[in-house]
Amino acid sequence: MSVIAPKFRLGYFIKSLLDNIFWAVVLLTLVGIPAIQILLFYADLPIINGTLLTPFLAFTWMADPSRSIPLIKALMQTDFFRIAAFPGFGFAALLAAGTIFVERKMLAKLQLRVGPFYCGKVEGILQLMSDGIKLLTKEIIIPAKADKPIFWVAPLLFVGTAAAFVSLIPVAPGWVVADIDVGLLAVFAIIGFFPIITVLASWSANSKYPFIGGIRALHQMISFEIPLILSLLGVVILTGTLNLSEIVESQSTYWWIAFLPIGAIVFFTAMLAELERIPFDLPEAESEIVAGWLTEFSGMMYGLVQLGSYVKLYAFAALFVVLFLGGWQGPMLWPPFPEEIINEGITMGPVNAQIPGLPLFSQEMLNGTLWFILKTVAVIFFILLPRGVFPRIRIDLLLHVGWYRLIGLSFVNIFIALGLLYAGVLGPEGIL
Amino acid sequence: MTAQLPPGLQLEKVDERIMTLNVGPQHPGSGHMRLIVQVDGDYIVACDPDPGYVHRGEEKMAEYRNYITNIPHLERPVIHDSCNILYPYCLAVEEILGLEVPERAKYVRVIASELNRCVYTMYWLAIYGIFLGHSTMFMWPAGDRELLIDLLEKITGARVTHAYFVPGGIRNDLPANFEDVCLRQVNYFEKRIKEYADIFYDNPILISRTENTGILSRQDAIRLGTTGSVLRASGVDFDIRKKEPYDVYENLDFQTNVLQSGDSYARSKIPWLDMLESCRIIRDALKKMPKSGAVRVKLKPNPKGGDVEVYRRVESGRGALGMHVISKSKPEPYRVKISVGSFRNLICMPYLLRGEKLGNMPAVYWSLNYWPVEADR
Repeated sequence: MSVIAPKFRLGYFIKSLLDNIFWAVVLLTLVGIPAIQILLFYADLPIINGTLLTPFLAFTWMADPSRSIPLIKALMQTDFFRIAAFPGFGFAALLAAGTIFVERKMLAKLQLRVGPFYCGKVEGILQLMSDGIKLLTKEIIIPAKADKPIFWVAPLLFVGTAAAFVSLIPVAPGWVVADIDVGLLAVFAIIGFFPIITVLASWSANSKYPFIGGIRALHQMISFEIPLILSLLGVVILTGTLNLSEIVESQSTYWWIAFLPIGAIVFFTAMLAELERIPFDLPEAESEIVAGWLTEFSGMMYGLVQLGSYVKLYAFAALFVVLFLGGWQGPMLWPPFPEEIINEGITMGPVNAQIPGLPLFSQEMLNGTLWFILKTVAVIFFILLPRGVFPRIRIDLLLHVGWYRLIGLSFVNIFIALGLLYAGVLGPEGIL
Repeated sequence: MTAQLPPGLQLEKVDERIMTLNVGPQHPGSGHMRLIVQVDGDYIVACDPDPGYVHRGEEKMAEYRNYITNIPHLERPVIHDSCNILYPYCLAVEEILGLEVPERAKYVRVIASELNRCVYTMYWLAIYGIFLGHSTMFMWPAGDRELLIDLLEKITGARVTHAYFVPGGIRNDLPANFEDVCLRQVNYFEKRIKEYADIFYDNPILISRTENTGILSRQDAIRLGTTGSVLRASGVDFDIRKKEPYDVYENLDFQTNVLQSGDSYARSKIPWLDMLESCRIIRDALKKMPKSGAVRVKLKPNPKGGDVEVYRRVESGRGALGMHVISKSKPEPYRVKISVGSFRNLICMPYLLRGEKLGNMPAVYWSLNYWPVEADR
């Protein structure tokens, strides 16, 4: 191994910590405390329950779990939390970041190299953060003849569309941003946006390679959307609903992949093409058309497109889990929250703290999320794996696969589903 | 169409349907050269290779240095294959100066040049992998190449620019215990490159991409003057190691690999088969090599040749590599003409790419076993 990494030395680490603490204390005494005291002259401190709220008292309020936990619980029941943090964009972005790290390390192991190594002491775990900071600080260069408003807005639209896709995915029972009865139809509508954004981005750059890449992306996405949608009809036929949460609940005994394996395979292949992953990464084929429709993006615009594409990857993997692998369904693994803490509170020495609002999440929700994440990570692994094994496919072969093989197979899948339905094996009145 | 289009809706030559792409020199799929490609949609109408970005005037430089000081700079055009590019020069100068190479040196030369051929081919294969979007095929050859580079470093002291061959033999003898190390490394190397079939050559997507693309028929291959792996992939059994054996190649047991189809797949497979053959040659040469003896003829300082001109050629990693050395009774050569396989193989590129899809361009381009720096000299 020719890579020489700086060794982690505990002494240096402790010394740097002590240095930081020393300077924090010095700055606090010299600047912080005088500043706070000056500010307190001008601030009217509120009186609560007959006592003056001093800064010290305010800190004790904030640190008191019996006061803070109901606040946190109230925050978690807001729509903002759902959209921004848990089943929505924040959760997806976190999983996407994990995906990038796993992709880099897994490919490195496959290709006999080390991968990210320096950032963040442990196996380059902060490499993504440093990449993000690098992209943020880079200059954004816009081509002179570009159609500037559209070119600026295309990356934002891409991320926004990916986030809209994420909002339809049910992660745990009741935990979904938009629980609508036409969920699957909305998914198709959102998937239909991606080629439009790609063409907008590539055409507005007014450059040759993005143009070719955009046209390729358009060919690819349009011809693979048809098998993508057709392969899901089997699930819809058997469940009789378009609501994604109900589709998950219908799989409590059997996952649909057991009855519709052909549909799952077709959906997975079409998914790879929609995601522009190898072997279907023609719109970004670097040895032919530099970086395809991403060629003219620079700085954080490129970073946004990458973020959007990984969020999209998570959303497609989650959709596969929801439709074919039973979503959050799985045996109960998460231990129940101890009852005595809810009833009697926590006793710490002489103090007994009654904490209302616990537990923050129900046991079913945590268990469902655990199973959902496990299945999604497994699917993401299989999406990443072809990158190490396959070369890039050619455009005519790609269209051939899309129009001849996958559409035919998805019709076979529909007939299997119809047969199962009319034979009375599955469906609303089925024997299973 | 007279109305002025708003900005953002103008693309060059949309009316004529033909778009001109400058693939290179700053393109990830070009190398140190430029391809002026005209495309109609995704089909290539015409392709005009434009080499010359790394021309260094090696031939002119050779006229100002004497026969020995020419050695280090003549290997520069292809530093991964430096033993093979010095081989014809040394053979030619030996004939001019009338030197008789010792038997052991001949075997060591064969071993070094076969090792170097494998090193070059691995680098070429790595780039072929990444041109087709197969990143594992970039990393594996780049890593396994180190095995043979380590061996060459043991022999010559340098990892790439060896300057090992000198007129009259080799620069220095093999290190102690080299035979065992070499045998072990080469056996492991052979085992590794056999695994490439699983991930690369038998890969159905690779076969569907490269088979029946850029077909060069047997007649065209001969008429366009291609050499090396391109010629052998078109069904012509021509290998200079067999047809005009130099040094000790006639004593060694090996065969040439010929495929009949002449498409990109055959052109990409021939160098890999040649590497397996090189492993056989190295093992055979290690067995038949004299265990001791001189490796170099003592040269006079500043040797002078007579009024002769000599042309010698060898089989390099990219085909026939010839050197035409003209001596006019001076310490310096009057003229050194380097004739390389890369340039000969480049000539057939416009014929192969016409009518192909743009996606086939890297597959056809790099299957020609072309090294831009060597072609520019």
